[in-house]
Amino acid sequence: MNTMVLLENVSKRFGSTVALQEVNIEIFAGEFLTFLGPSGCGKTTCLRLISGFERPSTGRVILDGRDVTGDPPYLRDVNQVFQTYALFPHLSVRDNIAFGLRMKKLPLAETRERVDKIIEVVSLDGLADRKPSQLSGGQKQRVALARAVVCQPKVLLLDEPLSALDAKLRHQMRLELKSLQKRLGITFVFVTHDQEEALAMSDRIVVMNLGRVEQIGGATEIYHRPATRFVASFIGDTNIVEAEVLGTDDGKILCRLEGGLQVLVRARNAPPDGKILVSLRPEKIRIHKTRPPGENVFRATVISEVFKGAVDDLTLRTEGGLELGVLDTNEGSDEVEFDVGEDAWCRIHPDDVIILGG
Amino acid sequence: MELERTIPASRISPPPAPARGWPGLLRLVHLSLAGWTWAVFAFFYIPILLLAVYSFNDSKLNIVWQGFTTKWYGLLFENRVLLEAFRNSLIIGAVTTLAATALGTAGAWILHRYRYPFAGWIGLLIFIPMVIPEVLMGVSLLSLFSSLGVPRGFVTVIIAHVTFCFPFVLIGVQARLDGIDPFLEEAAMDLGATPWQAFRLVILPYLLPAVVAGALMAFTLSLDEYIVTLFTTGSQSQTLPLKVYGMAKVGLNPQINALSTLFVAATILLVISGELIKKARSR
Repeated sequence: MNTMVLLENVSKRFGSTVALQEVNIEIFAGEFLTFLGPSGCGKTTCLRLISGFERPSTGRVILDGRDVTGDPPYLRDVNQVFQTYALFPHLSVRDNIAFGLRMKKLPLAETRERVDKIIEVVSLDGLADRKPSQLSGGQKQRVALARAVVCQPKVLLLDEPLSALDAKLRHQMRLELKSLQKRLGITFVFVTHDQEEALAMSDRIVVMNLGRVEQIGGATEIYHRPATRFVASFIGDTNIVEAEVLGTDDGKILCRLEGGLQVLVRARNAPPDGKILVSLRPEKIRIHKTRPPGENVFRATVISEVFKGAVDDLTLRTEGGLELGVLDTNEGSDEVEFDVGEDAWCRIHPDDVIILGG
Repeated sequence: MELERTIPASRISPPPAPARGWPGLLRLVHLSLAGWTWAVFAFFYIPILLLAVYSFNDSKLNIVWQGFTTKWYGLLFENRVLLEAFRNSLIIGAVTTLAATALGTAGAWILHRYRYPFAGWIGLLIFIPMVIPEVLMGVSLLSLFSSLGVPRGFVTVIIAHVTFCFPFVLIGVQARLDGIDPFLEEAAMDLGATPWQAFRLVILPYLLPAVVAGALMAFTLSLDEYIVTLFTTGSQSQTLPLKVYGMAKVGLNPQINALSTLFVAATILLVISGELIKKARSR
């Protein structure tokens, strides 16, 4: 895969605050990459470094093999969809979309042709002569999208473009964005604080926190194999438990969790020693009325239960006093119910106990 | 994608009937409010109406009606002194408007767009010319010009007028900028516009209504300014208000009525055509 964007040892300081610290990110041509993190994590700064609205304090920005670190935004072959859409209020939909091509001084006929085509692609037919104030939120979104992609940028930047839409439209636009990206083959760089959005659309996700990259990887990798405590807790719900390594045996590590429970963990990297943190996803802990076969089986008491339709959200306490959240799917009519105060058997597969770094 | 649906008029329920009880009192309140409104309008417009009526009065006195004539209009167009003053006022007004509008718009944009030390104080200082007593401003400008050895004339009057006109433009433009999409300029630059192109092609069109309103305001202020002009003008640059006041001191001349009537008529025409243009554009 070709590298489209390279952020090389990039740091960014605003006065005394550090927005980005020694960040290295490689974005491949044609991929859908998402920067995910809480507000203030540096994800928007990364986007603005690529668009050219910020310059790094140290480090370089490489776009398609060329160092663009010092180039102003209007000389970069990237376009952005803004959070507020930032449509030009005095121009019609058509003129908004044509703006970028006019700045490039394209021949009139070609401009017209490309604008007409993109209007069709984003299904804005019939609205070309409207002003932005006469459009609904979803329509404005499409105009902002069309205005950017009609320039055929090397990279399309999207700064939380779905946050202003209502829930239903947001879900629909996710699918549309993803399919548009596949059809156009443009590299999409998306910024969001919404983990669901990131998981649903991205080829790869860059999880950021406090100006640093916590983990880069595909959606399933980030969910199932979080690298750090932050990633594990930011994406989905999880139980984070302190543990102590007791020994290694046959590719598995024996740990004692707080509360005394001993579990086997699949060793992936060099086995750690001493105190560690492990993550146990609530849906990975299976509970049973009778003792199941296999490893990592333990007793626990149900101390609370909330019915959530598809799942029961349980809290269990082990004999050692460790409290764990558990999700039990309501999968059939012969479903076994657990009542508060009842004892249950629990089991977690050694592959599903994740050792966290950092 | 679906268009936002509008509710058919038939499904909108009528507004609730007015509350019962004390109907007499409510009626009284309505009546007196209506009366008050008409009184205000009368207070505004009757003097102007009288002025217009007496411009056609065949008498040198404004108070007695003697018959219809248009001779004052004829005399007005032969009155070189008044016409010259009118011309001076137009020149000063036009140049002032151009300069004040450019300065005010640029100032508002700079204050909005850039951050620098003492921005708050600078923002405050700009409004001093709006609130300072005109006499003080006139005197201070007069002493400034004389100490610099600048001869009084068009240049000094225009400088003085721009000084108190541009804050009005700035305020209006600033109010419009408060509601601007913060990413508008960046969006333009993202699409390949240089900062200047972004301002000219996106920001300025957005600001245009406020800029035009500010320009009209500046022109009006300049046209009828008296006190500051008195201190800063020379013998060759007498404006209409100065001349009119000079004439009125020796008795009201119906020519002034005629001139004022033309002025009011022109203003009304201007306002109406402005509205018509706005309506036509929004269609």
